[in-house]
Amino acid sequence: MNNMLHGELVHLTVEDPEVMAKKFTLWNQDAGWVRFLDSEPSRLLSEKKWQEWLEKDLEKSGSDQIFFTIKDIESEALIGFIGLFDLYKTQGDAMVAIALGERDFWGKGYGTDAMRVMLRYGFNELNLRRMGLIVFEYNPRAIRSYEKVGFSYEGRVRGAMQRDGKRWDYLFMGILRDEWLANGIMID
Amino acid sequence: MSIDKQLFDGKLIDLRPIDHEKDPQVESRWTHDLTLMRSLSHKIAMPQSVAQIKKKYEAIEKKVDESKNLFHFTIRDKQDNRYLGFIRIEGIEWTHGMGNLKLAVGDEAERNKGFGGDALQLVLRFAFNELNLYRLSAVVDEDNQPALRFFKRHGFMEEVRCRKALLRDGQTWDVVHLGILRDEWLALNAGGENE
Repeated sequence: MNNMLHGELVHLTVEDPEVMAKKFTLWNQDAGWVRFLDSEPSRLLSEKKWQEWLEKDLEKSGSDQIFFTIKDIESEALIGFIGLFDLYKTQGDAMVAIALGERDFWGKGYGTDAMRVMLRYGFNELNLRRMGLIVFEYNPRAIRSYEKVGFSYEGRVRGAMQRDGKRWDYLFMGILRDEWLANGIMID
Repeated sequence: MSIDKQLFDGKLIDLRPIDHEKDPQVESRWTHDLTLMRSLSHKIAMPQSVAQIKKKYEAIEKKVDESKNLFHFTIRDKQDNRYLGFIRIEGIEWTHGMGNLKLAVGDEAERNKGFGGDALQLVLRFAFNELNLYRLSAVVDEDNQPALRFFKRHGFMEEVRCRKALLRDGQTWDVVHLGILRDEWLALNAGGENE
């Protein structure tokens, strides 16, 4: 394999904090997007603050977390990010999180493609045994995408979140290396 | 129902603050039991020196004071005040009324005597009647069956099974997430008033 970080539609890169900070500042003004991504309420942080935050966050990269930006291959536009956190290297387990900040790229397979690339990186480069994720129950589009790449349902944290006066569950999903290999998705 | 009540006094134990003078010696000894260390974290199990524990206590109290999303209590024998273990609610998300529970009785010889159950009852009441949380979670490894039984006995329900998330001694184990809702706790305890 000559380009492990390239998929069909996207490739994963690492960018300087100032490049990401510009995007993060914009994306975080999209409160609906933040609601799919985070249980924390949207905060309107300045570009300066995001840059500081990202600089600090990237220092941890490689040890217990890994952070990539997602770029559209065709236009080279920066459209989102994907990362591993709670990376327990000795256990071979990690949690994955993904978000596409650019709404024009939703529902067209870009996220699914990025996740496939991340799975290949996790299983073939980090030698993980499994990856897990949390998705909110009000995000069926994400759930379908995760199912498509081979994640299966592992349980739900009842009423973990309150939004718009309702309680919502967290869904846990996971994929084992063996399942990923059996699926035969992008092994080469 | 009296508002003037002792939330930190149990039947067998009391919840008390850290004793920076005496506790580090005791806790450092506990950390040499790697089975205990494994049950508390998925990081590499390592014993901790007295000095390391002292530093950890400083960090805990700093976090309790500054972050406001952690409550940490030591568990002490009601008779002689000896340090038995600790119990904490961590990662509290105030927006959603959610917290995570961690509990340890340090000495193997002190387990199964009701200390942990007594401490848990106090902390459940504290979480639901004082902090007004909606739910509490606890994460337990599949290789720790006594802890799984313990939480279920106290009203926690199994919610999530992260399949084979642990690799220990050449064997894989699930990581189990349990949860209890305020309403479930109220139903079990009649509002925490059936003392």
